[in-house]
Amino acid sequence: MSKLYTGAEIVFKCLEDQEVEYIFGYPGGAVLPIYDELKNHSSIKHILVRHEQGAGHAAEGYARSSGKPGVVLVTSGPGATNVVTALTDAYMDSIPLVCISGQVPTHLIGTDAFQECDTTGITRPCTKHNWLVKDIKELPKVMHEAFKVATTGRPGPVLIDIPKDIQFAKTNYTKFKKEKKLNGKIHNKFSENEINQLIDLISKAKKPVVYTGGGVINSGPQASETLKEFVRLIGFPITSTLQGLGAFPGDDNQFIGMLGMHGTYEANNAMHDCDLLINIGARFDDRITGKIDEFSPKSKKVHIDIDPSSINKIIKVDLAIVGDVNEVIKSAIKKINKKQNGLKDSNKQRISKWWEQIQKWRTKDSLGFINSDKEIKPQHAVKRLYELTKNQDTFITTEVGQHQMWAAQHYKFNKPNRWMTSGGLGTMGYGLPAAVGVQIAHPDKLVIDIAGEASVLMTIQEMSTAVQYNLPIKIFILNNQYMGMVRQWQELLHEKNYSESYSEALPDFVKLAEAYGCKGIKADNPDELDDKIKEMLDYKGPVIFDCHVDPNENCFPMIPSGKPHNQMILGPNDKEENKITGKGKSLV
Amino acid sequence: MSSPKSAYSIPTKKGKLDTHIFVVWVDNESGVLARVVGLFSGRGYNIESLAVAEVDATKNISRITIVTTGTPQVIDQIKLQLKKLVPVHKVADFKREDKKVIFKEMALLKIVAKKKKIEKCLKECKKFNPVILDKTNKSVVVQITALRREIDKMSKKLKPYGLTSTSRTGAIAMTRGADTFK
Repeated sequence: MSKLYTGAEIVFKCLEDQEVEYIFGYPGGAVLPIYDELKNHSSIKHILVRHEQGAGHAAEGYARSSGKPGVVLVTSGPGATNVVTALTDAYMDSIPLVCISGQVPTHLIGTDAFQECDTTGITRPCTKHNWLVKDIKELPKVMHEAFKVATTGRPGPVLIDIPKDIQFAKTNYTKFKKEKKLNGKIHNKFSENEINQLIDLISKAKKPVVYTGGGVINSGPQASETLKEFVRLIGFPITSTLQGLGAFPGDDNQFIGMLGMHGTYEANNAMHDCDLLINIGARFDDRITGKIDEFSPKSKKVHIDIDPSSINKIIKVDLAIVGDVNEVIKSAIKKINKKQNGLKDSNKQRISKWWEQIQKWRTKDSLGFINSDKEIKPQHAVKRLYELTKNQDTFITTEVGQHQMWAAQHYKFNKPNRWMTSGGLGTMGYGLPAAVGVQIAHPDKLVIDIAGEASVLMTIQEMSTAVQYNLPIKIFILNNQYMGMVRQWQELLHEKNYSESYSEALPDFVKLAEAYGCKGIKADNPDELDDKIKEMLDYKGPVIFDCHVDPNENCFPMIPSGKPHNQMILGPNDKEENKITGKGKSLV
Repeated sequence: MSSPKSAYSIPTKKGKLDTHIFVVWVDNESGVLARVVGLFSGRGYNIESLAVAEVDATKNISRITIVTTGTPQVIDQIKLQLKKLVPVHKVADFKREDKKVIFKEMALLKIVAKKKKIEKCLKECKKFNPVILDKTNKSVVVQITALRREIDKMSKKLKPYGLTSTSRTGAIAMTRGADTFK
C-alpha cells in the first residue's frame, strides 16, 4: 500500500506540483495543521501579512506582475470574510488567485461554532468557483482543479474551504500530471471565416480605432508583442482601457492615450467618430462607454474576447471572435501577410485624413494642467516621478481615486505587467499590499505605489510586512488631505458641499514611516521635488513619501455623467466647459 | 421617463420581453442549485418557475428547468453565464412558442365544496388529464398536468368553486421526436 498523507501534507504536495513559490497568508485556529506542515516544504515561502485583505491584494499584485496565480492562505470565519474584498477585486479584474481557507471541523459545520462562517456561501458570487472539501479523498483532485479553473479561460479567483479534520485526515496522493487538454469552459474555436471578416473590415475602414483592455495582458507577454506587430501592420490608432495600459507602448505615436471617463480628448473623440472599432480583450465597461445609447454611433464593432459572456453584454457588436487574444491576432497577422500584402500601404492612404483629424484633437492637449511654482501639482509630481524612473524597469501599483487617474494619464507604460491597479471594483487600499506582492515577484525591481493619503490608510498596516521581508517598496502619496475624487464630484455635482470628504487628523506620514521602521520623506515645495524623489529612489529600503499637493486640483478631462464621448469637460486651459446639469447628477 | 443622463447606463429603448425555458444539466453536488439560483438573483434575472431533480444516478446528473423572462440580450446572457459555471454540463434554451418542445407542469388542487361544485370542478379539469388522488364527502384532491398558463387559468376559474389549495411543480420540458439535446 502506498504511503498515506495528511490533508495538510496534500495541500503542500499539490502546491509543489503546481510550482507555487509564495503563499500570502495569516494563521488561525482552523488552518493550524497546514501552518504546522509549512516547515517541511522549503520550496514554498510564506509571506505573513497583517490583515487578510492585504494577503489577497498582495497575491493579486504577485499574479498580475508575474503571470502566475497568486496563492492565499487564511483561517476560517473572520480570516475568510476579510479576504472577500480581495477576491471580489480579483474577480472583477480577472486575476488568477487560489485562496485556501480553513474551516471548522466537518461535524461542527452548521452549529455556529467558534470562527465558523459559510465561506463557500459568502464567496460564491465573487469567485469563478469554490469548493468545500468534506472528504479527504477529494482533496488532491479539488486542489489541482482549482488551479486549472483559476488560470484557464478568463482567469479569476477560486477558493478551497478545508475543514480542520480534513487537514488531519489521511489519504494517498498520486503525482499530478499537467494535462494539455483544455476543459470545456475554454473557448478558442474561432473560425477562419471570422478572421477573414475582420480583415475585410480592416481593409475597408476609413476611420478605425483599436481599443484594447486587460485581456491582452492576461493573454501573456507574447500577446503584447503580437498586438504591437498587428497595430503597426494595419497602421490604426490605438487606445487602451485602464487595465490594458502597457500592452502597447505608451510613448508610441500610434497610441492615442487612455479612453473613458478620464481618457484623452483624442481617444474619446476617436471612439465616438470612428467607423470601425476593434475591441481586443476589453469589456465595454461603463467607465469606458459613457452614455450607452450614444456610444460610438457610426461604427462597425468587432469584439475579440476569450469570455463568450462578455460579447453583446453591454454593446451589440457586428463581429464577435471568441478566443485567446494572442491566438486571434496572430492568425489575423498571418492572413494579412499571406493574402493582403498590399494592405499596409493602402491602409495608410485610406486613413491618412483620419490621422490628420486625430492630430487636430491632440493639439487640445487634454492632459494639460496649469503648473505652479508655489505648490506641487499632483500631475506634475507624477510626471516627475515618470521622468526620474523611466530608465529603469519600474512597476507601478495604485490605490483608487484621483491619484490613480493621474498615474494612468501621466505615467507612460511600455511593457505589460508593469501596471497594477484596481479597476473593476475600485478598491481603495489595493496599492500598498499589491506593491508587496509585486516586490516579492520581482525582488530586484523598482516598485512604486502611487497612492492617495485616504486610500493608503486603509491598508497601511502592510508596511509592517514590507519591513519584515525587506521589501524596498516606495509609497508615493499624493497628499491633498481630501478623498480627492469624492471632493471633485462634490464640487462638480453637489454644489461644493464637501460632505465628509476632508480627512482631519491625518497622521504625520514621516513619523508613521519611522514607527514602522522604514524611511519617511516629505515634500511640499516644487523646487525640492526632484531631489526628494531621487532620495527616495536611492534609499535601499521601503519608503513612505508624503508629497503635499494642491488640495483643490481636479482630474481632467472628464466625461460628465450622462454624456457621450464627444462631450467632455476639459481642464482649466479650455474655456468651453460643459456643466453637469439636471438628471445626470442623480445618476452618476 | 425623462431623458436619461447617466454614466451608469439606463437604456432608453426597452426591449421586448420573451419567455424562455432553460434546461440545465448539472453535477448533482452540494451547492449547485445555489450557484444557479444565485446567478439569477445576483445578476437581476427573473425566475418564474424552477424544477429540479436528479435524472442520472450513476453519472450524478441533475436536470434543472427554469422558466424566465427577459429581453433577447438578457436571455443570451443567461445562457452564456450559465455555461460558465463549473458544474454545468450543457444548457438548452427554448422559446415558449417553440413547437418542437413539450412543456408541462403538474399541479395538485384541493377543492373543498359540496358535491355538485366538486363535480363541476372535475368537469372543468377534464382536458388536463385529471387524476383523483383523494376524495371525501366534502373535498377532493385532483392532479392535473397542463401548460403553465392553463394552470394559471384553472386556478382562477376554480376559486369560486371551492379551490382552497394549489401546489405546482414548475414547468419541465422535453424535445419532441427521436432527437435529444446535445
